[in-house]
Amino acid sequence: MTRGERNTLFLGLAFVSPWIIGFLLLTLFPVCASIYYSFCDYDVLSKPVWVGALNYSDMLTDGVFWKSLTNTLYFAAISLPLGMLFSLLVAVLLNQQVVCRSGFRAIFFLPSLIPVVAGAMIWLWILNGNFGLLNYALSFLGIDNPPQWLADPAWTKPALILMSVWGVGNTIVIYLAALQDVPRSLYESADIDGGGFWVKFRHITVPMISPVIYFNLIMGIIGSLQVFAQPFIMLGGGGPDRSALFYAVYLYQNAFEYRQMGYACAMAWVLFLIILLLTWVATRSTRSLIYYAGE
Amino acid sequence: MNVLKKIVIYALLLSGSAVFLLPLIWMISTGLKPIDQTMSMPPTWIPYRLFIEEDGERIEVRAEESIETASFIIREGEDRRIVPASSLKDGQMMLRNVEGNETAVDIEIVQEIPASPDAPWAQIRPVSDEDAEWTVVPQSVVIRTIAPRWSNFTRAIAAMKFFWLYLKNTLLLCFLTVIGTVSSSAMAAYGFSRIQWRGRNQVFVLALATMMIPFPVTMVPMYCLYRWLGWIGTLRPLWVGTFFAGAFNVFLLRQFFMSIPKDLSDAARIDGCSEFRIFLQIIIPLCRPALMVVGLFQFMGTWNDFLGPLIYLTDQKDFTLALGLQFFQSQHGGTEWHYLMAASTLVALPIIILFFFTQKSFIEGISMTGLKG
Repeated sequence: MTRGERNTLFLGLAFVSPWIIGFLLLTLFPVCASIYYSFCDYDVLSKPVWVGALNYSDMLTDGVFWKSLTNTLYFAAISLPLGMLFSLLVAVLLNQQVVCRSGFRAIFFLPSLIPVVAGAMIWLWILNGNFGLLNYALSFLGIDNPPQWLADPAWTKPALILMSVWGVGNTIVIYLAALQDVPRSLYESADIDGGGFWVKFRHITVPMISPVIYFNLIMGIIGSLQVFAQPFIMLGGGGPDRSALFYAVYLYQNAFEYRQMGYACAMAWVLFLIILLLTWVATRSTRSLIYYAGE
Repeated sequence: MNVLKKIVIYALLLSGSAVFLLPLIWMISTGLKPIDQTMSMPPTWIPYRLFIEEDGERIEVRAEESIETASFIIREGEDRRIVPASSLKDGQMMLRNVEGNETAVDIEIVQEIPASPDAPWAQIRPVSDEDAEWTVVPQSVVIRTIAPRWSNFTRAIAAMKFFWLYLKNTLLLCFLTVIGTVSSSAMAAYGFSRIQWRGRNQVFVLALATMMIPFPVTMVPMYCLYRWLGWIGTLRPLWVGTFFAGAFNVFLLRQFFMSIPKDLSDAARIDGCSEFRIFLQIIIPLCRPALMVVGLFQFMGTWNDFLGPLIYLTDQKDFTLALGLQFFQSQHGGTEWHYLMAASTLVALPIIILFFFTQKSFIEGISMTGLKG
């Protein structure tokens, strides 16, 4: 290594040093510790005791764990596609020749900025069985005995899914930006060929924005499997019959309420593996469908 | 055809945006109502006050019930109440016992209320005097005025007890985390983009890989680390970490830094400019919009964060607004919706205002994360 090379190396490392320290202290150390704890019985107060794979095997027989996992998968499996379809629809509408486009965009975006605690409060009130706005709206549709939402185990998850759609403003903005990047000339040549709206959407729009759809899918998988604040605030320990006990909520309870730090760490690693698996499946199954203009 | 398409598009957009706005309007509306109006069905949208005029003076009243069928006000000992006309017979009240036999009870009729479905009666009570007897008047004499209850806000603040401390803690954290994130990410992004050192790309891939790790994985060890440092119950765990450049922001800024021509730095180097001065005086000013986006996101993230404060803060006086609001709800929730909504408005409003002033940066930032990610 020449002197100049060594100098640039030191200079580069100096600039990157905040990240390096952060990586060692806030990522590498916790990751290693987390792996270790996941094989221990650990309540924070006393030293961790090695128990082998006990935490992992306990998970297999822990009914509450399975309940939290299925609840989370149920929530993700509905809220994610619903949110993605809805936001794509809104973005396509906004991408037409409309006046006040930025005004509409601001309105759709705004709810996603509302602090999650405030949003949870609003929805607690809207979903109120007796005086809530939602049940009042349903009465116009002739529904006389509407669900009690958060008080009824069958309706807690649909309620949270409904609420999650309210917060898809982020996704709408990303889709809209992608739609605006699609070259007009493609649509113009389709017009010459006499392609209708659906043909253009299916054969121009979707392929052109497919990388962004993929991005939203991956971010959605990661986000919806970790949903925590809304169910925790609105339904405390998981709601009636633990119907809204989500994975991250149960993990939090294990760590900070039951003081089973080892079990919580093991759960976190299982969550990581689930996310990896689903991301891999999503990537594999969409690989041939994604069009990268640059390649 | 084109007109039809336009109508459909606008109908969908207008109804969609109305549905998206309603919850926020509902929050503000509820926050401005007295408690009885929060529990009316159909719901009250615009908070109001009721008055009756007596000897040219306006007296504020509360309406308890409206009466449409023929009824009587009766007195039975101390008790004064309204009964439907059908339960009276020849000036006596008919009571039915368990076996279905009717017995007549003597009562005193105070006032007759004829049936009037078109102009119902209102049972009212003056607001100023809780013990005052109610009276029944035609609803048409009750004057209704639009009256938002601004005092709900001061009362909600008082009920939250440490509201101003929550605000102070939140602003302090926002300030520290924005400084921390922007300065450290900008430095690291500079090192990853404008200096060509050996191994840079491999290290950068490692940085990107750390984004894969979900928060719960590091949550417990981080708690243990901060506990070992004695930082639990202080604000420190919530801001110190931001001075160590998170990978996502570094990635975002790096994209920006790379778009600046290399010649600019080279020219400055030839003039004998130190690397740090190039960073500070050439690159930073050119990338102000990107830095602003990163700062804005961090501000929002800190203001909205719930899990962090929940884990690390133990003393109510150290709470942030988000945690304080949740704590308030867990103490007072379920009935005092007007205060809860007023408090939620106070927590959400600064963000809404901030959004309207920085809309462009926001939208650009979000679009950037999606298109370059």
